[in-house]
Amino acid sequence: MIADLWQAVASGVMAGSTYALMALGLVLVYKTSEVVNFAQGEIALAATFVAYLGLEHHGVPWWAALPGALAFAALLGAAVEFGVLRRAKDPSVLGTIIITIGLEMVFLGLVSWKFGADPKTLPFPLPPYDGVSLAGAYVSSLELLTAAAAVGLMLALYLVLAHSRLGLAIRATQQNRDAARLMGVRTRRVLMATWALASAVGALGGLLIAPVTMHPYMMWDPLLKGFAAAVLGGLTSLPGAVAGAYLLGVTENLFGAFVSLEFKSVVAFAAIVAVLCVRPSGLFARHHVKKV
Amino acid sequence: MDRKRDYYEDVEPLKTRAQRFWFAALLGALAAYPFLLPNYWVYLANYTAIHVLVAVGLNLLVGYTGQISLGHAGFFAAGAYGTTLLMAKGGLPFALALPLAAALAALLGAALAVPALRLEGPYLSIATLAFGLTVTQVIGRVGWFGGRQGLHTPELWLGPWNVATDRDFYLLLVPLTVALVFAARGITRTRVGRAFVAIRDSDVAAETLGVNLVRFKTLAFALSAFYTGLAGGLYAFVLRFIEPEMFGLMMSILFLAMVVVGGLGALPGSVAGACLLSWLDLELRNILAVPYLGAWLEGLSKTWFSITGVSNISFIVYGSILVAIMLFEPLGLYGIWLRTKRYWRAWPF
Repeated sequence: MIADLWQAVASGVMAGSTYALMALGLVLVYKTSEVVNFAQGEIALAATFVAYLGLEHHGVPWWAALPGALAFAALLGAAVEFGVLRRAKDPSVLGTIIITIGLEMVFLGLVSWKFGADPKTLPFPLPPYDGVSLAGAYVSSLELLTAAAAVGLMLALYLVLAHSRLGLAIRATQQNRDAARLMGVRTRRVLMATWALASAVGALGGLLIAPVTMHPYMMWDPLLKGFAAAVLGGLTSLPGAVAGAYLLGVTENLFGAFVSLEFKSVVAFAAIVAVLCVRPSGLFARHHVKKV
Repeated sequence: MDRKRDYYEDVEPLKTRAQRFWFAALLGALAAYPFLLPNYWVYLANYTAIHVLVAVGLNLLVGYTGQISLGHAGFFAAGAYGTTLLMAKGGLPFALALPLAAALAALLGAALAVPALRLEGPYLSIATLAFGLTVTQVIGRVGWFGGRQGLHTPELWLGPWNVATDRDFYLLLVPLTVALVFAARGITRTRVGRAFVAIRDSDVAAETLGVNLVRFKTLAFALSAFYTGLAGGLYAFVLRFIEPEMFGLMMSILFLAMVVVGGLGALPGSVAGACLLSWLDLELRNILAVPYLGAWLEGLSKTWFSITGVSNISFIVYGSILVAIMLFEPLGLYGIWLRTKRYWRAWPF
C-alpha cells in the first residue's frame, strides 16, 4: 500500500516534469505577448523530427543533433512571432488563438506529410527503458533525465529572468509594454526572444518524449496537459505553472493507481474545470479585476 | 431607405423586394437540388447542411456573445450518441429521440456555462477544450456507449415514412436546416440577440444596462449546444455509424474554423463558411485526383515528402486558411462580401 503510494507519487513527479516543460514555455509566451500558443507543441514536434532526420538519415552525432534541434525550435518560434503574430493587426484573444491553432495545423500537416503516421523512435544516447530504483519506486532512466532537465531548466530560467539584462527586459515588457518601450527596451525584439526561448523549452520536452513515443500526434497529450498545468497554476505565474504540473502529474497517477486506470487522463481535465469554477485565474496567480 | 417607422420593421425577416426574390430563388434551388443532381452531390449537401447548423449555433456563442468554445465536438457527440442510444436502447422514435438528445446537449451547455460565467479569454478556451476531451474520453471508455468499436444507427422511420436513401434524408434535413437558420436569424434581431451582442462588446456595460449576465450567458451556451446537439443527432444518420474517435479536438477546431472563415457575428457568413469547408473537407480526401494540382503534389511528395502522408495536406490547407483570414480579413467571407458590395455601390469612386 505504502509502496504503491510511493510508486504513484514518483511516477507522478516524473510525468509532471514533462508537463512542466510544456507549461513553462506556454506561460513565458503568454506573460509577455498575451498569446495562448497552441502551436508550441507542433514547434517542438518539428524540432524533434529535425533531430530524427539528422540522427537517422544524415549521420549527425547526437551532441550536435540535439542542440541543433533546440536551435531550430528557437528559430522557428522567433519566425512565427516575427512573420505571423506581429503582422496581425491588433488581434483579439480569439484571433490569436485562431492564428496559433492555424499554425499548429500547418506544422502538423507538414510533419505528417513528410514522415507519415507510423511510429518511430528517436535514437537517443541513453537507453530509455533502463530502470532505476528510487527508494523502492521504479522509474526509467529517461524519466530521471527528464526530471533533472526540468529542474535544471527552471534554475536556468530563474537565473536568466532574475539576473540578466535580457531577463530584466522580458520582465519589464511583461509588466507594462508601453512603459518598457519608453525606457528604451526594444519590446518587439524582446517578444521575439521570448518566443524563441519558450519554443526551445518546449522542444526540450519534445526531445525527451521522443525516445519512447514518436509520431505526428505525440505532442498533443503533453501540450494539453501542459495547458492544464499552466491554467491550474495560473497562466501568468511561472512557479505556479511548475507547481500545477507536478500537482497534475501526481494527482493523475494517484487516481490511476487507486481509483481507475481507465479514466486516468480524464481526471486532469475534470480537475481543471473544477478548479476554474472556484478560482477563475488558477491556484497561484492573482486574480485581475478589470478596471472600468 | 433605411428609416424604420416601428419595431416590427426593424425585426422583419425579409425587408426588401430583392431579398424576398433571392430567398424564394434559393428555396426553389434547394427544392430542385436532390432531383437534378446525382447521389454523391446529395450526400455532400447533407454533410454540408449538418455543418451549417453547427456553424450557425457556434456563431451565436462565439460571434455574437463573444465566448470562445473549443469543445463543441462534445455537444455534437452528445447529440449523436443521445439520439442513437435513445432509439436503439430506449426504443423511442426518431422524432422524439432527436429533440430529447438536443435538449440533453443544451443541458450540458448550460452546465458548462457555470464555469464559463467566471472565466474569460484563454481560461475559457481551455475549460471548453477540457470539456470536449472529457466527453470523448468518457464515451470511448464506457461500454454502454458502444466503446471504441462505435455504434451503427438504427433504421430511420418517421411515422410511416422510411428515410432510407440520401435523397430521403435530404428532404428531412434541409427544410429543418433552413428553418433553424432562419430561427437563429430571428433570435439575433430580438431582445435576446441584442443582449448577446451587448455582452460581447462589454459585459460590464451590458450588466449596467440591465442585461442579466447569468441568464444570457447560460442561454447562449444552451442555445448553441442545442443547435450543435441537433446537428450531431442528424449527423449520425448521414454517416449511419459513429465512433468516439470522430468527435476529437480536430472536429471542434474544424467547427470553429467554419465560423471564423465565414465571419464572426454574421450568420450568412457561417452558412458560407460551412459550405466552403465541408466541400473542401470532402474534396481534400482525394486531392491527388484533382487535375494538374494532383500530379504536381504527387511529384512534390515523391521528391521532398512522402506519398503515404499526402492526405495530411488538408491540415496545411485549413491551417493556412485560418492564419490568412486572421491576418488579412478578420471578418472572413462576410467581410469580403461587404467590401465587394460597398465597392460596387460606390463605383466608380
